[in-house]
Amino acid sequence: MIDSDVHNELPKLKTLLPYLGEQWQVYLNESAFRGTGADDYPANSPVAAREGSRPESGPPGSDIDLLRTYVFDKMGADLAILNCGFRPGSVHNQDLAADLATAVNNWQTEQWLDKDERFRASIIVSNQNPLRSAAEIDRIGNHPGFVQVVVPVRGDAPYGNLRYDPLFEAATRHNLPILIAFGGAPGLPPTATGWPSTYVEEYVDAGAIFQSQVNSLIFEGAFDRFPTLRIVLSESGWTWMPSLMWRMDKEWKGLRRDTPWVKRRPSEYMREHIRLTTAPTDRPSPERANELTEMIDYLGSDQMLLFASDYPHWHGEEPTAWMSDLSDELKSRLTHTNAAEFYGLEVSTTA
Amino acid sequence: MSISAPAPPRVDPGLSAEASRANEESRITDNALIDCDIHNAIQSPETIRKYLSPRWRTHHETYGVRNFSGSYYPRAVPNAARHDSWPPSGLPPGGDLAFMQEQLLDAWGFEYGILNCLSGGGGERNLEFGAAFASAVNDWQIAEWIEPEPRLKASLVIPYEAGDLAAKEIERIGDHPGYVQVLLVARTSEPMGRRKYWPIYEAACRHDLPIGVHFGGAGGHPITGSGWPSHYVEDHGGMPQAFQPQITSLVMEGVFERFPELKIVLIEGGCAWLPSLMWRLDRSWELMRSEVPDVKRPPSEYIRKHIWTTTQPVEEPDRPEHFHQLLRQMDMNDRLMFATDYPHWDFDAPTSTFPNDLNKDLRRDIFAGNAKRLYNLA
Repeated sequence: MIDSDVHNELPKLKTLLPYLGEQWQVYLNESAFRGTGADDYPANSPVAAREGSRPESGPPGSDIDLLRTYVFDKMGADLAILNCGFRPGSVHNQDLAADLATAVNNWQTEQWLDKDERFRASIIVSNQNPLRSAAEIDRIGNHPGFVQVVVPVRGDAPYGNLRYDPLFEAATRHNLPILIAFGGAPGLPPTATGWPSTYVEEYVDAGAIFQSQVNSLIFEGAFDRFPTLRIVLSESGWTWMPSLMWRMDKEWKGLRRDTPWVKRRPSEYMREHIRLTTAPTDRPSPERANELTEMIDYLGSDQMLLFASDYPHWHGEEPTAWMSDLSDELKSRLTHTNAAEFYGLEVSTTA
Repeated sequence: MSISAPAPPRVDPGLSAEASRANEESRITDNALIDCDIHNAIQSPETIRKYLSPRWRTHHETYGVRNFSGSYYPRAVPNAARHDSWPPSGLPPGGDLAFMQEQLLDAWGFEYGILNCLSGGGGERNLEFGAAFASAVNDWQIAEWIEPEPRLKASLVIPYEAGDLAAKEIERIGDHPGYVQVLLVARTSEPMGRRKYWPIYEAACRHDLPIGVHFGGAGGHPITGSGWPSHYVEDHGGMPQAFQPQITSLVMEGVFERFPELKIVLIEGGCAWLPSLMWRLDRSWELMRSEVPDVKRPPSEYIRKHIWTTTQPVEEPDRPEHFHQLLRQMDMNDRLMFATDYPHWDFDAPTSTFPNDLNKDLRRDIFAGNAKRLYNLA
C-alpha cells in the first residue's frame, strides 16, 4: 500500500538554522520573521490534527515516530509520500524564499529520507520565482528520495501560465511530477469574489481553485509544451472532477479556435496527466451512497485516484471509510498500482 | 451549442412555416416555454442619458463609466453574440426589440422571457453615479421593453456594492409588475453572504423578489483564487468557480437563516457541479460547524430550499444516462429553469438542449412550470 499524501512538518522555524547561511541565521534570530504565515490549518481546528497526532511539542506531523506508528504500523502502508506544508510562496522576499526552500529540502533529506527508506518526499520550491525553483530542482532533483515537486494551490498566477515554464522544464527533465497542494497565501484573495469571513469557507472554496488550476494547465497548453508533465492534486476533495470534464469539453468545442494548441478534449488531458489523492473524498450522505459510485464511474478511468491518509489532517472519517463499497480490483489500483505506476515506484507489498 | 444558432424546428411542407414551427414546438415542449435569461442591450451611450438627470448626464458624458479595469477577456466574437443575431437595423445584438420578437420570442413561441441587462451599472465604482445609472436603466427597461412587449419581464438592476442605495432602488421600483427579480452578478467585490449585501436581501424579501445571480461581473479580484488566467475560455468556462464560493458564502454566513424567504437564482453557471459542492459543503459543515453556529441545517438543505438555477449552459455528458443520474443527484427538479441566453454564442435551443427521453412532466416544469411558480407568472 502506498500512502500518497502524508505531512512532515518542521518542529519550529528555527529548526532550519543549521541549514541556512549566516545572513539568514542572523535574520531568523534578530528580525520579526516568524515563518511563512500561510496558516493553512488553524492549529486547534478540527481539520488540523486527527486524534493522537499531536506531539508533546511541535505541530502535528513534526514527530517522526508518531507519524510512522500511524502510517506504517496502524494503517499498514509500505511506502509514504511526504508532502511538507512549508510555504515559501508566501514569503515576498524572493531570496529568502528560495534559500528557505533549499534549507527545508536539506532538512527533509537528513531528518526524513535518511531515517527511513519507506519515505519518499516532495521538493519544496519558491513557486513565485520559477527560475529559482528550477535551480532548486536541478540541485536536488536527482536524489532518489524526492519523487515530485510541490507547489501550493494558491499561487500568484494559475500554474498553466507561461511564467512557470522554467519550473516545468526542470521538473520534466528530472522526470518529476508536480504536486499541487491545498493551501498557500500569496496575498491574493482565495476566491474570485474576494475574501470569505471564515476558515470553513476557505476550506470549501479551495475546491474551486483546484478546478481553476486544471483549466489553466490545459488551456495554456502546459501539457502540449511538456507532454510528459504529470500533475497530482492533493486534498482537493476530487468529486468535482467529472463536472469539470463535462463543462470544459463543451467549452473546448465552442472556443478551441483561440487555443489551437489544445489538440484533444480537455477530459483526455485530465485522464492522462492528472491524479487526485483521496483524502478528503467529498462524498454524499449514506442514503445516497450509490452516487459516489456513479461519480467514480464518470471519471472514465480507474487510474486517476491515489489513496492517501493526509496524516495528520482530519476530514471527519477514517481515510479508508469511503472505500468500503469499491471492488477489490479498484481498491488495489488506488491503494497501490496507480501511485506505483504514476511515480514509477517499485514497492514490495504486504497486502 | 455553436457560434451560429441551431436551426429552429424543421418546416413541414404541408403547413405554413409558422404553423409548422408551432407544431414541432408543442410536440417537444408541450406548448409552454419561458426563457429565463435574455439580454437586452443598451443601444448607445445616448440611450441611457435620456433617463439621467442633467447632473449625471454631464458626468456620464465627461467621465463615462468606471469599473474594475484589467479584468476583461475579449469574447470569442463581438458582443459575445451569435453571428445571426446582429439586427438588420444596425442596432447591436439584443438591442432591437422588433428583431428580438421575431428571432426569439415568435420563432420559438416563448410565452414569457426574463430580461437580464448586463450593463446595469453595478460595477461602477462611483457608487452614487452607479445608483443613478441603475435607476435610469430600470426606467429605460420599463419604457422601451416591458411596456411595449407584454411577454417580457425583467430583473431590476441595482448598485449592488452599495447596500443602502441598492435597497432604495428596490423600494422605488420593486413593485412594478414588470419586475420579477433583482439582479446581482457572480463576481461581486466581497463574497455575497457578507453583511454589506444584507440590505439588498432584506429589501428583496420585503418585495417578494428573488435575487438573480448572473454570470459575470468584475469585483476587483482575479477570477481565480490563484491569480489571473490568460484566455477567455478560462474566464467563460471558469465562472462555476465564482458561483461556488458565492453559494458557500450565502450558506456559511447564515443568510438563509436571517432571510428565510430569500430566493436565489443562479443564472448561466451550469449546474453539474452542484452535487459535488453540496457534498463538500455538507461534510465540511459537519466537521467545522462550531465556527458557524448560525448555520443550523446541513448546507444541502438550504441549497435545495432557497436556490433555483437556469439550465444554460447545460453540461453535456457523453452518455445520456449520466445526465439523468445528474438530475437525480441534484434532486432539484422543481428548481431547474430553461434559458437560452439570447443573443449569446452559447445559446441553448429548446429543441436540442436536453436528451429526448427526458420525463414529460419534468420537461414541462423545466421549460415553464418552475419559472411560472417562482416568478408568479400567469
